[in-house]
Amino acid sequence: MVMLLLTMVFLIIRVMPGDPVLLHFERRGSPEAMEEMRRRLGLDKPLVNQYFEYLFGLLRGDLGKSMQDFSSVNQQIFSAFPATLELAIYSMAVATILGVILGVRSSTSYNKPVDHVIRAFGIITYAVPVFFLGMILQLTLGIWLRQIGSPIWFPTGQRVSPRTDPPKGLIINFGQPSNSLTIFWWSLPIGLILLVLCLVILKKKRVKLFPKGFLISCSVLFTSWLTCALILWHSRNVGELHISTGLYTVDSLLEGNLEKFIEVARYLFLPSMSLGLVLCGIFIRMTRNNMLETLRFDFVAAAKARGLKERTIVYGYALRNAFLPVLTMMGLQFALLLAGAVLTETTFSWPGLGRYIVERISFRDYTAIQGAIVVFGLFVAVVSLAIDILYAYLDPRIRL
Amino acid sequence: MVERVRSMLVRFMPGLRSLLSRGPAGWMVFIGVLIVFSVMLMTLLGPWIAPYDPFTPSVGPLLSPPSSEFPFGTTRLGQDMLSRVLTGGSVMLQVAFLSALFCFAVGVPIGLFASYVGGKIDKSFSIVMDSIYAFPGLVLAIAIAAMLGRGVISMALAIAVVYIPSYFRIVRSQVLTIKELPYIAAAKATGARWYTILFVHILPNVIPSIVVVVTVNFADAILTAAGLTFVGLGVEVDVPDWGWDLTRGRQDLPSGAWWVITFPGLMIILLALGFTLIGEGLNELTSPKLRK
Repeated sequence: MVMLLLTMVFLIIRVMPGDPVLLHFERRGSPEAMEEMRRRLGLDKPLVNQYFEYLFGLLRGDLGKSMQDFSSVNQQIFSAFPATLELAIYSMAVATILGVILGVRSSTSYNKPVDHVIRAFGIITYAVPVFFLGMILQLTLGIWLRQIGSPIWFPTGQRVSPRTDPPKGLIINFGQPSNSLTIFWWSLPIGLILLVLCLVILKKKRVKLFPKGFLISCSVLFTSWLTCALILWHSRNVGELHISTGLYTVDSLLEGNLEKFIEVARYLFLPSMSLGLVLCGIFIRMTRNNMLETLRFDFVAAAKARGLKERTIVYGYALRNAFLPVLTMMGLQFALLLAGAVLTETTFSWPGLGRYIVERISFRDYTAIQGAIVVFGLFVAVVSLAIDILYAYLDPRIRL
Repeated sequence: MVERVRSMLVRFMPGLRSLLSRGPAGWMVFIGVLIVFSVMLMTLLGPWIAPYDPFTPSVGPLLSPPSSEFPFGTTRLGQDMLSRVLTGGSVMLQVAFLSALFCFAVGVPIGLFASYVGGKIDKSFSIVMDSIYAFPGLVLAIAIAAMLGRGVISMALAIAVVYIPSYFRIVRSQVLTIKELPYIAAAKATGARWYTILFVHILPNVIPSIVVVVTVNFADAILTAAGLTFVGLGVEVDVPDWGWDLTRGRQDLPSGAWWVITFPGLMIILLALGFTLIGEGLNELTSPKLRK
């Protein structure tokens, strides 16, 4: 799928009017210099050659060099991606939590005024442009609150204020890293044997729930141990360990800097709120429809007959069953979320992938656009895969 | 109250009775149609009823808040906001209609043909369409619009590419069930050509579900058009357009100028809401799943 899109994008972008070389020199370069630059970028070769060269680069994990400033696209995307990821995670959380709560509320009071209000809200959110909502939130919660001197207001752009450094994450210093490393490598064969044992036992059916959980946690432990070992191995030359996710909220917590965490969260609030609010309509509708179906099942009536509390029935029994289709929806909505993220990033000057792509299009920076689109496609593919796995884990009917 | 309104409406328009008697879905369609038609009417009549020329700068003070003379305030160039709002819908409506037309002209025939023929052709088309469908639509639209340059038609084309898959999918799912029905076999037995079967026997049965997709996609197309304008790929600079006014209003936000973005934004919401209501209502009317 990614491959196909890539080919299409490659062709589309190459036939775009506008020459990156011309734009680079702002139409003032000498013909020789321009020719030299074309050669360096590989633009003088036929299209097919360019295409296959790009593909082979991609197989090595190399997205090529930017056509604007010759810097590596990998690096630029790598620095922009965490911002988008952070925005996506938090707005998805806002959308799901809000959507599920409102949807449940709407289904438990079916056809009452509350239900109608929530449904109307869901439909309206569907019709609101993300950037309009973003600007309104900027205006009300950002600018006006600040003007009237309220102690709580929210910044309207960027990820942190330019005066503070971005959080760096956890840094551990090692006096003599070689010691710990040898211990780690010693335990490797034992761990590997354990893992294989776990997997073999897991493959056999009819393992009781408790040992199953135990085995799974064993393998998880081993994998995390392996990552630790790899990180240590990597840091052997540096002498210190640097754990950083690029997600500012996580990094600031790792740093143990609560003040910075609050600041980062404040910067994150408005963008994730506006994107989350726009997306929650579809979750409201999904949750409501599924809950309405689930609440009609016999087990709900049985639970009621046993005199369980309303809240326990709705959240403990019905929602667990109604949530699965919502989960599938999360996977499908992810593409929509990324599309919204492009606009949200532009509205809030959020230095993520979306803004990167918008900026680069005006430069006709082919490789950068292709790289960003590849990453977008991979992102969607990975998320839908993860959701499928989660789905299989949660739904006992499709387990092995 | 609802009863009285209904009886009043039905007296004027007898055809409404059947629509409104179908519960909330009928009302949704009715209100949606009302909104869409009034917005269209407003846009059509806009140039005549606007108090000022929407282009002329400095008809009033620069960036002044709403007053009795300028009910919606003025822009940073001193243009009358009310006139711009009244005339600003034309670009979006044109883009939405054109893109729906393109989608219909491409997505429906491909869907009909591929799913009727089946086999490898169907499979390859499905893969292409699915990969477009799964991709963030706006990103693709941005890339295509950037390639085609500014203008209504290029915006419409960019949006059409994004939404063709949803037409394709709906047509395909319908055709796959319809083509197994006995009357198709009967048509084949009488020696009808494949295109006759497709366009005369199958297409009319697919149309109702296409209509739902069209109206839902109208809303999406309007929002996407606004988004394209927002990232700087809209029509020419300073044509009165809600999306463009929103985009430029962003620069005036720090000074607290709420009127520059509020009114065009609300108009976009209203128009998209109208189409969404029609789509949702029709969807519920044609496939009554949750009828208790």
